[in-house]
Amino acid sequence: MTTRIRFQQNLDQLKENLLVMAGLAEQAIQRAIEAYRVRDLSICDLVTRSEVAINRLERDIDQAAVDLLAMEQPMAIDLRFILSVIKINADLERVGDSAKSISERVRNMEQMAAVELPVDIPRMASLSAEMVRKSLQSFIEADPELARAVLTMDDAVDNLNRAAYKSLTKVMEEQSHIAPQALNALMICRALERVADHATNIAEDVIFWVQGDDVRHRKSVMAQKDGKATTA
Amino acid sequence: MGVGIEVASLNAWYGTNHTLQDITLNIPANHATALIGPSGCGKSTFVRCLNRMHETNPIARVTGTVRIGDLDIYNNAKPVEIRRRVGMVFQRPNPFPTMSIYDNVASGLKLNGYANRRVLDEIVESSLKNSALWDEVKDDLKSKSGASLSGGQQQRLCIARALAVDPEVLLMDEPASALDPVSTSKIEDLIFQLKSQYTIVIVTHNMQQAARVAEKTGFFLNGRMVEFDSTHKIFTNPSDKRTEDYITGRFG
Repeated sequence: MTTRIRFQQNLDQLKENLLVMAGLAEQAIQRAIEAYRVRDLSICDLVTRSEVAINRLERDIDQAAVDLLAMEQPMAIDLRFILSVIKINADLERVGDSAKSISERVRNMEQMAAVELPVDIPRMASLSAEMVRKSLQSFIEADPELARAVLTMDDAVDNLNRAAYKSLTKVMEEQSHIAPQALNALMICRALERVADHATNIAEDVIFWVQGDDVRHRKSVMAQKDGKATTA
Repeated sequence: MGVGIEVASLNAWYGTNHTLQDITLNIPANHATALIGPSGCGKSTFVRCLNRMHETNPIARVTGTVRIGDLDIYNNAKPVEIRRRVGMVFQRPNPFPTMSIYDNVASGLKLNGYANRRVLDEIVESSLKNSALWDEVKDDLKSKSGASLSGGQQQRLCIARALAVDPEVLLMDEPASALDPVSTSKIEDLIFQLKSQYTIVIVTHNMQQAARVAEKTGFFLNGRMVEFDSTHKIFTNPSDKRTEDYITGRFG
């Protein structure tokens, strides 16, 4: 016999609200990338406006999650689900923040002369957006295998970010007249790298929710065991 | 000090009803172990098999082995000796209503032949202190009856009565289910303190209570032990789907 029908309905509602939040955050990052690609300030405006809705939804979801924790004393998979929702919610809000940062950099770049820079932002953007999409898909389908696949993608984005840092600092040192453009590009890379980190966090939370397995920081722990230096 | 409890192939019947089926588990010494499960799953029957109370019902029957420390309780052990070593506290506090607080606590000692007044005084005081009741009753020990206390105090009096005979194991069958939240907290605090000296087995319907007081938890269903593991594992990531469905309230 099924019991706790209202609790189950509230859990379903929480998941639905998080998916709305996910949709907004994913759309914001895609728009920010598009704004960069076509240098369209009207798209930047859309990104800025969506942040208000994301922030409001973040508070609503947190409040609903806290209410369920306080009123329903959830256990096991329900407890893990609500904890994961709270954390994914925070990550999605920060994806929205990163989208806004990128759109602000695009605005700034629009006031400067266009220059060629030795950095593959479209590739980074495509990888980061794919990580967000897959991590959210793993949440929708409660699929830990897909979530694990997201974790393996993070290194590629980190590598691109390190390469961007190296090449763009060199530009700033050697061609000071285009240093502001290089700085903007560097900050966009940094924002995209953060987006990939948030997607990684979401994937880790999906694994914790579905399997009860805490996979956070495993890479750095393994590297320490092997005696390798690690970067965050 | 508490002792471990080894249960092997335990089966119990009420008439033709096979209420416990092949239970095997080791309950660790000096820990609290919680037993959970829906009504009628066999957890209370199981606890009553640990001090041979189950067989006090004429239609009840038990097979299997239960060892309380070095005592094989179904192999030539005397029920009186078993119940001295295994104390029990029930859902509803059951002090002897006409006895004073003092006599309630001393009753088991007197049955076991203790007559020295000074020794009795000392044990009554230490038992009431161990059950966190001393400060509330020390001035009324002989003037008030056990029945004059509040429900929560009566339950702690029953715990003091159980502790007075210096048991190794304390069985508690839903000891706080009839109590208000403050009294419940006091009983839970007490369980937490007592488990360093006694092996405690607690039957409870309150999941949070099991999570708060017990290191180990066993889930019973339809007379079988479905899962026995650390309380942390049971309440965060149980291995068996039936355990998860029960603790998340999807049946039961």
